[in-house]
Amino acid sequence: MADKIVLEIARYAPERDDKPSFQSFEVPLRKEWVVLDALNYIKDKVDGTLTYRWSCRMGICGSCGMMVNGEPKLTCATFLTSYGNNATVRVEPLRYFPVIRDLVTALSDFLVKLQKVKPWLIHPNQPPLSAGEFLQTPEQLDLYKQFSMCINCTLCYAACPVVGLDQEFVGPAALALAQRYNLDNRDQGSAERLATLAHPDGIWGCTFVGECTRVCPKHVDPAGAIQQYKLTAALDWVKSFILPRGHKDAPQETAHD
Amino acid sequence: MEIRSHDILLVGGGGAGLRAAIAAAEVNPKLSVAVVSKVYPMRSHTVSAEGGAAGVAKPDDSLDEHAYDTISGGDWMCDQDAVEAFVKEAPLELLQLERWGCPWNREPDGHIAVRAFGGMTNKRTWFAADKTGFHMLHTLFQTTLKYQPITRYDEYFVTKLLVDDGRVQGVVAIEIMSGKIQAITAKAVILCTGGCGRVFPFTTNANIKNGDGMALAQRAGAPLKDMEFVQYHPTGLPFTGILITEAARAEGGYMLNKDGYRYLQDYDLGKPQPTPVLRSMELGPRDRLSQAFVKEDQKGRTIPTEYGPVVHLDLRHLGEKLINAKLPFVRELCVKYQNIDPVTELIPVRPVVHYMMGGVSTDINGATPMAGLYAAGEVACVSINGANRLGSNSLPECLVFGARAGHAAAEFAASQKAPNGSVWTQATNEVLRLEQQYLHKTSGRERIATLREEMQKTIEAGAGIYREEASLKQARQKIQELQERFENVGLDDHGRTFNTELISALELGFMLDVAQSIIECALYRAESRGAHQRTDFPKRDDQKFLAHSLVRRSSDGSLSVDYLPVKITHWPPGERKYGEGSHKASKQTKVS
Amino acid sequence: MTEMSELNQAAHTEFHPRWYRKRLSTWWWLGEWHYLVFILRELSSLSVAWFVGLTLFQLRAFMRGPDSYGRFTDTLQSPIMIALNLIAFCFIMLHAITWFNLAPRAMPVRVGGKRVPEFLVAAPNYVLWIAVSAFVAWLLLRTS
Repeated sequence: MADKIVLEIARYAPERDDKPSFQSFEVPLRKEWVVLDALNYIKDKVDGTLTYRWSCRMGICGSCGMMVNGEPKLTCATFLTSYGNNATVRVEPLRYFPVIRDLVTALSDFLVKLQKVKPWLIHPNQPPLSAGEFLQTPEQLDLYKQFSMCINCTLCYAACPVVGLDQEFVGPAALALAQRYNLDNRDQGSAERLATLAHPDGIWGCTFVGECTRVCPKHVDPAGAIQQYKLTAALDWVKSFILPRGHKDAPQETAHD
Repeated sequence: MEIRSHDILLVGGGGAGLRAAIAAAEVNPKLSVAVVSKVYPMRSHTVSAEGGAAGVAKPDDSLDEHAYDTISGGDWMCDQDAVEAFVKEAPLELLQLERWGCPWNREPDGHIAVRAFGGMTNKRTWFAADKTGFHMLHTLFQTTLKYQPITRYDEYFVTKLLVDDGRVQGVVAIEIMSGKIQAITAKAVILCTGGCGRVFPFTTNANIKNGDGMALAQRAGAPLKDMEFVQYHPTGLPFTGILITEAARAEGGYMLNKDGYRYLQDYDLGKPQPTPVLRSMELGPRDRLSQAFVKEDQKGRTIPTEYGPVVHLDLRHLGEKLINAKLPFVRELCVKYQNIDPVTELIPVRPVVHYMMGGVSTDINGATPMAGLYAAGEVACVSINGANRLGSNSLPECLVFGARAGHAAAEFAASQKAPNGSVWTQATNEVLRLEQQYLHKTSGRERIATLREEMQKTIEAGAGIYREEASLKQARQKIQELQERFENVGLDDHGRTFNTELISALELGFMLDVAQSIIECALYRAESRGAHQRTDFPKRDDQKFLAHSLVRRSSDGSLSVDYLPVKITHWPPGERKYGEGSHKASKQTKVS
Repeated sequence: MTEMSELNQAAHTEFHPRWYRKRLSTWWWLGEWHYLVFILRELSSLSVAWFVGLTLFQLRAFMRGPDSYGRFTDTLQSPIMIALNLIAFCFIMLHAITWFNLAPRAMPVRVGGKRVPEFLVAAPNYVLWIAVSAFVAWLLLRTS
């Protein structure tokens, strides 16, 4: 049974093209092949100019995200057979990102946003290393663990229409990572992150479409992280009226609950 | 041509590279530190490490025991001064990572939790579920974001080290996105480019692991050390080479042959017990388990499949609850990539190339014999891994020697003057070479993928788990032919923007160099030790070969091998013992 | 190292690749079922406004006396009004159901350190909704 499948791949060469167009390739359909294996087959045997990123082929490096039949997917974890024999599968670069070439998108903007939310542990005046580790119970770890699983594959950005409509929106992955540190009992930086997060381009830009969570290959639930932070920020705002003096410490308290 | 200058330049942005960058930035915040990486740093292969990171953490454990496990596991090829420094600093580095936010698993009281690991006498492996490398890399990457002096060159591919006056003074790199080729000079360069698993056909290593740094260093004049020692991991999934972590066996998984028999008991690895015993059976060292597979295959007791022979890893008796709690990633990988659920089914596994013990020869501070050139992580050979690395030693190695190299390079850079004009000529020549040999050449006839496949088959056949003189010589000859054919390589892609085919060609060039070095070292080491098993010399030979191989490349491309004695401090060479009672050995054999 | 200002340059020049960025169409939400549901959920706020407006008119009619109120109820019985109210009712249902389903994500509940499964968080919302509706129905039926 010589099964085949057709890939319709978006091609864009900036030296030549004004906009992307589609090119079809027929590839063998094998049981254990994922979309990425088909791309590698084309690059190795048919057309060496096909351009895309990949590395680990085990869904952890986050390089190979693309739109497959209109859905943001890690192509290393998307079996060809799930589309059936003789099917046509359309492969495009991740939506809402600028395209550099073929299936490669520009990530620099995402990295600027990531840095903006200060995704590192803020804990001034740490005791010396000889004092040992910060204590953290399994329950405290569990509070933020889910949000720490983000592999920065940016599928959530390709799923979020707000990202498409507003280039300044910080976006799901970066907001979830900020919340990961806010919820870590070792961190004292939530007050520092507040200005960037509780901002029209931060959490308040999110309209809770929920697509980010649906497409996330690591079940990070960025939508949940953002809504939870909205609640924290709103309560914090209310507290600032009721307890004007306590306001400054409020975000920190919530992080250590 | 555009030239940028920094004080310290990191090539590679994985665990070792980022740790070194932070170390250099902390030594002197005024230093300008740059990280040049062919992928965004969080894509680096450190991300794939699963099981954990070893560092003595509990009162019932000791530094000496960790050192002894490492040295005996490495079949006495480790430099013992390096191992002593390593075991002492590993816990501090892991603690430092905790302070930077790494989500280590915890005891109920909030202290760090440790687990058992293959070849380790005591529980000392720190872990973050079974995504330890992922969490370490992202913690390091996110931490580097707060350091202003660290400049990143993301998706820049280094093609050459600039050397003048016997001193490394920078690199030539291609900005992949634009295709612009430029020189980046520095007072010290640290190579952290990882290993070279992609030289082999069947590997757990990511597509980016092509031995770039090893070839760059060797071409610049630095020797590579112990390249014959290539670690096979006994449990990879067929076809994809995806690794099933040792933790699966540490939690109590069984290795079964086609008769459902725990065959490791036939290979001096102890008696089967229902629950895991440290340094015994399934928790024996990786080289011994991989070798047992080959012998089992020769006896016809493996299971044939489309992708070659396999044995089975059985986790079914552990139950769904334990598998979900302790090995969620193992289950996810099996279901997502192999369509097998380990809760109810046997996992087909076979040995896969996993780690390169050898690498750029460095001292205990990560300094190579060339001034201004440092190396750390898998690309380097310090050497703490000897003839066989123990599982969970490589992640702390990245941290300990990344930090040491960062400190040493920062100190070195402080006393150096800015690079001089002659490196600019070299850089201009390199641009011309790249354009003539690849971008502008339309006459090339050889396809990259064809040469790559032939190289992989050749090295697997000649320098696989078992080696012998005839097959090694044959492989040497064949790789030489491939080197010549590589001169005639042709690209489909002559564009500048994001030319991944150009990068693949350059990587293939690096891999061919590395393959030659592996074969050369394997040919001259006429003994069997750790991961290097010669069927024509089945015994270890401490008289002749208690020494590191150093392989150098001369300007005409020919290789030469010489030897450097192994540093012994406290533990004279002994026999590697696994099975019951073997863990008592450390106290008996230490000589003060 | 490329700045955002390099986006969408007019022409390609060597070493300054021109990035292709597609502009989002006004009708972006029509192409995908999930986006459409989201937009419908957002639009359901209009139904809330509709019912609020209706209640205000009802109140005005009530205060102007029985004739006015009669005319108001007659209007409500017209096919157009019934259709409009039916549509508005469907939207309100959509709003309530999608909102209740999203609640567990916005407010994760933990008992004894373990996260309560999502359906257990959503379920009380539905129970409360049915209980309140039943109570209102009972009030209405009792007085008639």
